[in-house]
Amino acid sequence: MSWVNAIVQGILLGGLYALFACGLSLLFGVMKVINLAHGDLAILAGYLAVGVVAVTHLPAVWSFIVVVPLFAALGYLAQRTLIQASLSRGVLTTLLVTFGLSIVIENALQQFFSANSRSLSIGSLVSDSLHLGSLSIAYLDLVIFLVAVVVLLGLQYFLSSSRPGRLIRAVADDREAAQLAGADYRHIFGIAAAIAFATVALAGIAYGMYTSIDPTSGTTALLLLFAFEAVVIGGLGSLWGTLVGGILLGVVQQLGAQVSSSDQVIAGQLLFLLILLIRPQGITSRRTA
Amino acid sequence: MTDAGAGGALLEVRDLTVHHGQLRALTDVSLSVGAGEVQAIIGANGAGKTTLLRAICGLKAPTSGSIRFDGADVAALRTERRVAAGIVMVPEGRRLFPSLTVQENLQVGAAYARKGPWTIDRVYELFSWMPERRRQLAAQLSGGEQQAVAIGRALVANPRLLLLDELSLGLAPVVVARIYDTLPELLASGVTILLVEQDVSQALRVASRVLCLLEGRTTLAGAPAELTAAGIESAYFGLSSAAAPGAAGSAGAAQ
Repeated sequence: MSWVNAIVQGILLGGLYALFACGLSLLFGVMKVINLAHGDLAILAGYLAVGVVAVTHLPAVWSFIVVVPLFAALGYLAQRTLIQASLSRGVLTTLLVTFGLSIVIENALQQFFSANSRSLSIGSLVSDSLHLGSLSIAYLDLVIFLVAVVVLLGLQYFLSSSRPGRLIRAVADDREAAQLAGADYRHIFGIAAAIAFATVALAGIAYGMYTSIDPTSGTTALLLLFAFEAVVIGGLGSLWGTLVGGILLGVVQQLGAQVSSSDQVIAGQLLFLLILLIRPQGITSRRTA
Repeated sequence: MTDAGAGGALLEVRDLTVHHGQLRALTDVSLSVGAGEVQAIIGANGAGKTTLLRAICGLKAPTSGSIRFDGADVAALRTERRVAAGIVMVPEGRRLFPSLTVQENLQVGAAYARKGPWTIDRVYELFSWMPERRRQLAAQLSGGEQQAVAIGRALVANPRLLLLDELSLGLAPVVVARIYDTLPELLASGVTILLVEQDVSQALRVASRVLCLLEGRTTLAGAPAELTAAGIESAYFGLSSAAAPGAAGSAGAAQ
């Protein structure tokens, strides 16, 4: 039974990983930007939520109403200024710039919020759980998982079926050809970045409820690493794949933890390496011509 | 330099010079395209034909010279603003969005369209095979089919000036002929066409005026009827003294 429990908990944890990886997957899929500040941006969103709750006395669960739109706007601005400027100078520049951004965010958080850890208090929801036989599923984990599924599948649908989604895919395919169709690719990159940042904010808030955060959690909690692994396991640039990748990573980690609690992270890494070895294009990726 | 539609030219390019880094790709090229005309640019590989079209549609910034469209200077406008003004290019190599379906490719072309006669449905009428394959990915089409979709994608934007870059590249002659067969219908809808073509006989057949480039300079310009085969040959290859550099518009060079 404990193995079944490990698998269920792994699936739920995978939802959180997938939510984290969503923005990373989108930024890479559309702009070929590898955002090394991704984990720190999530933590920044978590801290903003803490601040919003302190100022407005909203229940923590509702902090996303303020933080998510704010992050979307921040994403658009960051793309039109910092990221676009570095994109025009080459791939290595975007790596350096987002790495720098990661350091700036960590230090700014230390400066304003001190190094003490914080968390988003959601009262009894954090400990309440659903009992199914001998399984015990925390409501919070379940809610985060459902949010992840809705966000990733919703975004996948948005990209495949809406007009802006179609333009985003067109720009990702061939920027110059999209310009020839009259599209301002910088604006469309901005929209994609706004969506990516909005999902990062959701992930950061979810993480702040899930556990406590401190200014360096973005790098020390291995969030960026897990997000990368989820994206690569699922297949670069596919959101549906990212969801599958996140869940697989979560399950394998929990199974590893079942063997020995110190094996959790290494089990995930082994899965990652195995996928790179036998299916480098990822689980769901079709090889494109 | 040019005589066609000097007063009411739709596109007026003057002394255009373009560099690729240190390399000068175009030197003082001038041309004028009147409304409703088909003008062809011919020349060997590397003569600067594609560079000229890319400069006109805004994908390549010129070093000097002017580009006027319908009387207004467009040289400083970004590509998408020129599309809004009515300059649309079908790029070399077709450049469809490979992960989008045929229909989605056309929808992207129509996303920022000007008002005009062309719609996705009208493109489907022009290429009757297209509707039943509209759900296929563009990457799965043959070269000729892709070229048709690329033309359709440009048409639904309702261009006033359509730039066609190497339509025949990599296509079988039958397929090329079929694609050129659609030009009369495009012209009838009020589109003006400036095309680049390596196949000289094809260019002479469809164009009302031909411009030959050699190493970035105009070596010949005139109506097909005014040109002789020998004159075109020397302008194209630069074999004889007739192709003196800078001898722009030397239509009589062959005599």
